[in-house]
Amino acid sequence: MVDFWWSYAWPTLWIVIQILFLVVPLLIVVAYLTYAERKVIGLMQLRMGPNVVGPFGLLQPFADALKLMTKELIIPTGANRVVFLMAPMLTFVLAMVGWAVIPVSEGWVISDINVGVLYLFAISSLGVYGIIMAGWASNSKYPFLGALRSAAQMVSYEVSIGFVIITVLLAVGSLNLTDIVLAQKNLWFFIPLLPMFIVFVISALAETNRAPFDLPEAEAELVTGYNVEYSAMAFALFFLGEYANMVLMSGMTVILFLGGWLPPFDIAILNWIPGVVWFSLKVSLILFVFLWVRATLPRYRYDQLMRLGWKVFLPLSLGWVVITAGAIVLFGWYPGIVN
Amino acid sequence: MIIQALAFYLFAAVAVASGVMVISARNPVHSVLFLILAFFNSAGLFILIGAEFLAMILVVVYVGAVAVLFLFVVMMLDINFAEMREGFLQYLPIGALIGIILAAELILVFGSWVVSPEAAQVLTAPALPAGDLTNTHALGNIIYTEYIYLFQSAGLVLLVAMIGAIVLTLRHRPDVRRQKISDQVERKREDVIEIRDIPTGSGV
Repeated sequence: MVDFWWSYAWPTLWIVIQILFLVVPLLIVVAYLTYAERKVIGLMQLRMGPNVVGPFGLLQPFADALKLMTKELIIPTGANRVVFLMAPMLTFVLAMVGWAVIPVSEGWVISDINVGVLYLFAISSLGVYGIIMAGWASNSKYPFLGALRSAAQMVSYEVSIGFVIITVLLAVGSLNLTDIVLAQKNLWFFIPLLPMFIVFVISALAETNRAPFDLPEAEAELVTGYNVEYSAMAFALFFLGEYANMVLMSGMTVILFLGGWLPPFDIAILNWIPGVVWFSLKVSLILFVFLWVRATLPRYRYDQLMRLGWKVFLPLSLGWVVITAGAIVLFGWYPGIVN
Repeated sequence: MIIQALAFYLFAAVAVASGVMVISARNPVHSVLFLILAFFNSAGLFILIGAEFLAMILVVVYVGAVAVLFLFVVMMLDINFAEMREGFLQYLPIGALIGIILAAELILVFGSWVVSPEAAQVLTAPALPAGDLTNTHALGNIIYTEYIYLFQSAGLVLLVAMIGAIVLTLRHRPDVRRQKISDQVERKREDVIEIRDIPTGSGV
């Protein structure tokens, strides 16, 4: 019995505790990201933003959540019921499972696997299924158009994200996320790889279907695209999934280019601040850029979106892979094989 | 070890079951979704034998890209399900033949291992490099050194296939007006705007 406890029950329980410690703060962050978005865009447009529920409107996310939970879930008669209900769950779950490998501080990671970057890349490329399934199962024209746009868009931008990741991997020599952060101890990668950093942030906008690439849910043409037919918690899961994906992509940007949990300068005072604080600050910075872009830029036309993905980003990132590899071989900057 | 065995049987059972569902589901979109489930469980099996790089590449390439385009096409097709049922019986003999050949080959391979265990060593097994390299490094060490020519020629075959697909589908339509971004950027204010002082009451 004691043997069973220490070899099976306790490890399982410990993993569950770790997951709770990650997911509960994450959900609070997602809730307050919706609040921050409305507040930031409001202030940029000289409005107040939400300010009625609670002090400074701070309870607004909870009011929204309660409202969505008490609404009626409507399933259209023509819809494919199982796929229709599976789509929002898939979107939400995929946005959550990516966090299993994200190190928020040194050693603060649920699963420190060897192929962490590939795992993140795989999970983020699966995000498109929630949207395609929703669009198809709704059996309605606007969701279907949104789903088709989204499928083409996400597949296109994944390619350049893949090449950007390869560039970073060339400079690190490992696929492990902790190794990637530790390799930036002296120099964060956004300085030597600045063009790739910009390509990655813009591709992250396209991959999460955010403005100026929010064509799958273009309100003006497609009502709101793939989630037209959804109501109540099913809609809320899509919404939470989209925002959790934004946080995940920001976390990925921070780990690949902004030195993860490392302080900007390796001096004592900055090292006393816990790594998780630095990580959160950097993620908030990238998230602010997401919101800022939405308030500033108009939406891309679809052919311009495809041109940017295939004719600008793909050659640029492919070329940069060659340049990085060439520089490493020419100057002998081989990264030490960490494992 | 019990956990590994349980996980293996779970992944294997779901993979086989979803494989059966791929060919028996009435709706082609459901078939593709089951195909994705089968890919996913195969990735799980790869992880169980410690090939985490292959597992992730399977998910990225097959689930993340190939199956998306596949789903994309199947969703757009207008398929008559009754006709498909008729075709099923028509193609059954040839399908069964291929299945029997595959099964016979598998039995030959495993049978030879059972009969003479040393047969497996006759294969040109790539020597695993010493030390605790991750399998990503191990794969790289083999593919880019020993098998570089085969690897490059596989890449060339794919490149030719890609160019062929583009050549077959590319159409030059002269009547379509395209956006030339370089022209738009090079436009100067003096070339396109002329400011005239027009007296009140007279036309331009």
